[in-house]
Amino acid sequence: MEAVKGENLVYNEVDEILEKYQDEKTPLLAVLQDVSRKWGYLPRDVMGYVAKKLDLPSAQVWGAATFYSFFETEPVGQYMVRVCKSAPCHVLGALNVVRALEQELGVKVGETTRDGKFTLQATSCLGVCGVAPAMMVNEITYGNLTEERIREVLALYE
Amino acid sequence: MAKVAGDIKSEQEQENMVNLLLDEKEIQVPASATVLEACKLAGINIPTLCHMDGLTPYGGCRICLVEIEGQPTLTASCVTPVREGMKIQTSSKKVREARKANLELLLSNHPLDCQLCDRNQSCELQDLAYEFGVRKIRFQGEQQHHEVDLSSPSVKRDLDRCILCGRCIRTCAEIQSVFAIDFANRGFESYISPSLGLPLGESVCINCGQCIHACPTGALSEVEHVEQVWDAINDPEKTVILQTAPAIRVSIGEPFGMPQGTISTGKMVASFRRLGFDYVFDTNFSADLTIIEEGTEFITRLTQGGKLPLITSCSPGWIKFMEHFYPELMENVSTCKSPQQMMGALVKTYFAQKIGVEAKDIVMASIMPCTAKKYECQRDEMKASGYQDVDYTLTTREAARMLREKGINLAEMPEEEFDDPLGISTGAAAVFGATGGVMEAALRTVYEKVTGETLPKLDFMDVRGIDGVKEAIVDVKGTPVRVAVSHGLGNARTLLDKVRAGDVAYHFIEIMACPGGCIGGGGQPIPTNLDVRMKRIEAIYNLDRSLPVRKSHDNPAIQKLYEDFLGEPNGEKAHHLLHTHYSCRDKM
Repeated sequence: MEAVKGENLVYNEVDEILEKYQDEKTPLLAVLQDVSRKWGYLPRDVMGYVAKKLDLPSAQVWGAATFYSFFETEPVGQYMVRVCKSAPCHVLGALNVVRALEQELGVKVGETTRDGKFTLQATSCLGVCGVAPAMMVNEITYGNLTEERIREVLALYE
Repeated sequence: MAKVAGDIKSEQEQENMVNLLLDEKEIQVPASATVLEACKLAGINIPTLCHMDGLTPYGGCRICLVEIEGQPTLTASCVTPVREGMKIQTSSKKVREARKANLELLLSNHPLDCQLCDRNQSCELQDLAYEFGVRKIRFQGEQQHHEVDLSSPSVKRDLDRCILCGRCIRTCAEIQSVFAIDFANRGFESYISPSLGLPLGESVCINCGQCIHACPTGALSEVEHVEQVWDAINDPEKTVILQTAPAIRVSIGEPFGMPQGTISTGKMVASFRRLGFDYVFDTNFSADLTIIEEGTEFITRLTQGGKLPLITSCSPGWIKFMEHFYPELMENVSTCKSPQQMMGALVKTYFAQKIGVEAKDIVMASIMPCTAKKYECQRDEMKASGYQDVDYTLTTREAARMLREKGINLAEMPEEEFDDPLGISTGAAAVFGATGGVMEAALRTVYEKVTGETLPKLDFMDVRGIDGVKEAIVDVKGTPVRVAVSHGLGNARTLLDKVRAGDVAYHFIEIMACPGGCIGGGGQPIPTNLDVRMKRIEAIYNLDRSLPVRKSHDNPAIQKLYEDFLGEPNGEKAHHLLHTHYSCRDKM
């Protein structure tokens, strides 16, 4: 009974999001972004619910959700660390950044720390090539990364 | 929707024409043509992979590249419209090298084990590699690996063999309006995924198998029942009984080199008898039975004020589509089981009694043009005898492979007759295999039952042919009976939306999931395209004309079945054995 109640609460919140974009012609991405902000990822049943409400095939919703690297389809940690893997960052040492992050956090790319705090993910261009190599923690971007600076940044979230 | 060459030719007189220089030769083509279509009109079939007639052009595979003077790069001919004065090269060194390189790149992420593939010898990628003279692949890189998806009762997905042409996606969306699959992820990680990344068996897939015909490679194929059928044949404890669907006799010759549209009923029976089946029965018999049951249901609804329009229930792909997308029409759908299931129910009760064998010792197999039949036979409600009505369903392709494995060449077989008594059928049953056929067969019986008079003309031409939605008004002794027929679920959706909105009023609707009806089913030999469908349909109607009895209610074996066993049409026994029910499913 509790579970069902909880489910309804979730769907009430999704309904609020859907209502916000009800006048949009193509509201899918905006809705997914809000869902993502709320729960940190896109729960499968919520995507199914969104598909039904927007009268879209759920295969298409899944297609959109997996196309964009800023959408997650599995639960993630409290802080999402996204390392840019595009060419300019790569040239300026993105691989070292990844290695340093893996060492500091004790997880590989795609994994979440045991305490549920950090998820490490590689991502497409963040649009800040001028300060490559770069990464984002949730919605804040950090550039000119060195091993030292990575430790400093992570310390902000400890 | 893309045009086929035939359409374009017929438009040539009326339309503006443009002049092209194609491989140094002057030609005139309609201004609306693509470069690919123009080349086809000039007798040059540009190789393609992602392009398919009847689907939106996609321009993804880059195999159909041509060189157009003044263009800085090579151009995908399938998505490029012609222009006045265009100069096109289709086989220059640059074009040949680029096409070959693109093919090699596709092959570099494709297993090179054609011998192990379902589509060995019917694969477009394999054919192109041969035709382009690819003898080694210069590019080596990472390969994508996916688990084979065996979750669906009907369609097997082996994504390692997928080249991402998207033909299955467009078929599912544009032809069938099911939208069960789409591209997921991006770049090298792209793959084709069912609803919400779930396995296909948990999606809205309706099991029609049209994606298999669309697939140029072995990424999509049927879930096989071949081994189970061999095991049954080789089990001395089992009485193994086969039924063959109306559409098989006009297609089973194709894998044995017989021309498309050959009627090979007798050779088919002889072949499968030699394969080891104890009895070979005809689904056409139970098609006649379906007409008696469904016709009676229709007459009752018509005369006693039941739910109308009545909608046919023979096509299990359509049934699952209805359960997902049109559950509010559930009461409109006939409760009749499909002919396959009726035959199974009778074999394990009526016929089992007759030969003194218990239902548990009978294995009922079928050859169907259909992949959805594999799913239908596994439905929980299909157990009239207490055992599954039908145990295994082979597609036409699987059945042909079994014959070949045993070394039976169907083309060289003598003609033999089906076994009695479930092998006697009429022309009405024969036409079940084509779109409009069930309606035509039903009208022949309904007219005579209602009026008590002989039908002046048996052929209902209005419900024949390959128009997506067909309509007719039949004068049944002063009562105009309005009927509609659709095939391909996209067409069905168009029709049903009008019905649901109350824009049209019909008494009787036939829906078949596959374009062309069962002769174009997802289990039929490859290739199955518009041209092949037309030939098989023609054969179906020729067969009807050649038969001495052409009305289901005149089938003497059916009459005897009611006398000896079933009692009345739609009676208690008939209801128990031959009728079924449906369930509402998630629209997801």
